[in-house]
Amino acid sequence: MAEEVLVFGAWGSPFSRRVEMALKLKGIEYKYIEEDITNKSPSLLKYNPVHKKIPVLVHNGKPVAESLVILEYIDETWKDSPILSKDPYERANARFWAKFIDEKCLSAIFKACWGEEKEHEKALEEASELLQFLENELKEKRYFGGETVGLLDIAANIIGYWLGVFEEASGVELMTREKFPKLCNWANEFVSVSAIKENLPPREKLIAYFRNRFGVGTASK
Amino acid sequence: MAKNDVKVLGAWPSPYVMRPRIALNIKSVNYEFLEETFGSKSELLLQSNPVHKKIPVLIHGDKPICESMIIVEYIDEVWTSGPSILPSDPYDRAIQRFWAAYVDEKWFAAMKGLRSAQGEERKAFLDQVTEGLALLEEAFGKCSKGKAFFGGDRIGLLDIAFGSFLGWLKVTEKVNGVKLLDEAKTPGLVKWAERFCADAAVKSVMPETEKLLEFSKVLAAKMKGAPPPKN
Repeated sequence: MAEEVLVFGAWGSPFSRRVEMALKLKGIEYKYIEEDITNKSPSLLKYNPVHKKIPVLVHNGKPVAESLVILEYIDETWKDSPILSKDPYERANARFWAKFIDEKCLSAIFKACWGEEKEHEKALEEASELLQFLENELKEKRYFGGETVGLLDIAANIIGYWLGVFEEASGVELMTREKFPKLCNWANEFVSVSAIKENLPPREKLIAYFRNRFGVGTASK
Repeated sequence: MAKNDVKVLGAWPSPYVMRPRIALNIKSVNYEFLEETFGSKSELLLQSNPVHKKIPVLIHGDKPICESMIIVEYIDEVWTSGPSILPSDPYDRAIQRFWAAYVDEKWFAAMKGLRSAQGEERKAFLDQVTEGLALLEEAFGKCSKGKAFFGGDRIGLLDIAFGSFLGWLKVTEKVNGVKLLDEAKTPGLVKWAERFCADAAVKSVMPETEKLLEFSKVLAAKMKGAPPPKN
């Protein structure tokens, strides 16, 4: 039976791009369906009735939702080019930092870029502290996953690409080369990997989208 | 493995702390339980979980592992001779992980909201909690396929994720004078809850509802009397 892989996503979403990055890294063919999140398709609502969100991966008719859950499913289903180590401690570590990025980093970054003026200094400081954890975690590795791109690198796509976009859209400087040399190097390496590069939304379009949606931002003087 | 090679940093009332303990029990792994004092954090905790400074932490040899469900998966992957906590099929694993994330991110968030809400807000949270339970009842039907647990014949990942909240669910029922798990609306979950709480791996670590109720009063009083947060 021919394999059918569908990905429901949105062009600007780092979450749906994660799914596409993983599939591309493993050389898996899939059909992409762009969702208008202001006008969700009946298919999306059918495949993700609980959250009604993208991304959803549908493999031979069976839906999987939540980007990190999908990444693990992809790694367990298509075993070439693994994105998680076999070592349980390293796996736990990658999962820990991926969760950290989703639960703490994204909202902190948003607050630093588009939060209230009077909270700006504090928001900047908090976001920097969080980035420092990731800077330290990288150590001397080329990627978070070691020699090759792994689950954590993919989860950190927000840091590797979207953060730069937020900075340009809002005028806020957060991940400077001076403060975060390792993260900056990593970001360059990350976006150069062909499976990743092919899945990055066009930068100018993304900047315009965020400027439009959130305004010019809490720019420093 | 020697008992002091495996430690769990935690506290008896925490549902999150229950999770790795249940997992270790399933695997028949001996461990040392290091209880944190309520209201303060030990040096060991701050050192082993510098990012979140939260319990539970599993310390295996000299390696700390944090975040309760990540710890449970770690335990499953390390102690492979014991019964499996996650199913072997990738799709079934994804479904268990999906619902475990739902329980933590959506359902328990609503439960916590209910605890501190007043008036109109209370009703809104209560509705969210009951809607969530309806979804979980349906999920139970699909996951268990007629068997005793979400994991099938034995307790699995989702049983641990959701079951660890049963003590607090009972407290919430008492405090709010409501029935959340109900023979009419959630018959599957009612029976599942009984089986879960009676399971050998769970019994010794599930706190008694009365004790939790007392603790919740202490917690509420402390939160009322606590100085306003700095931010």
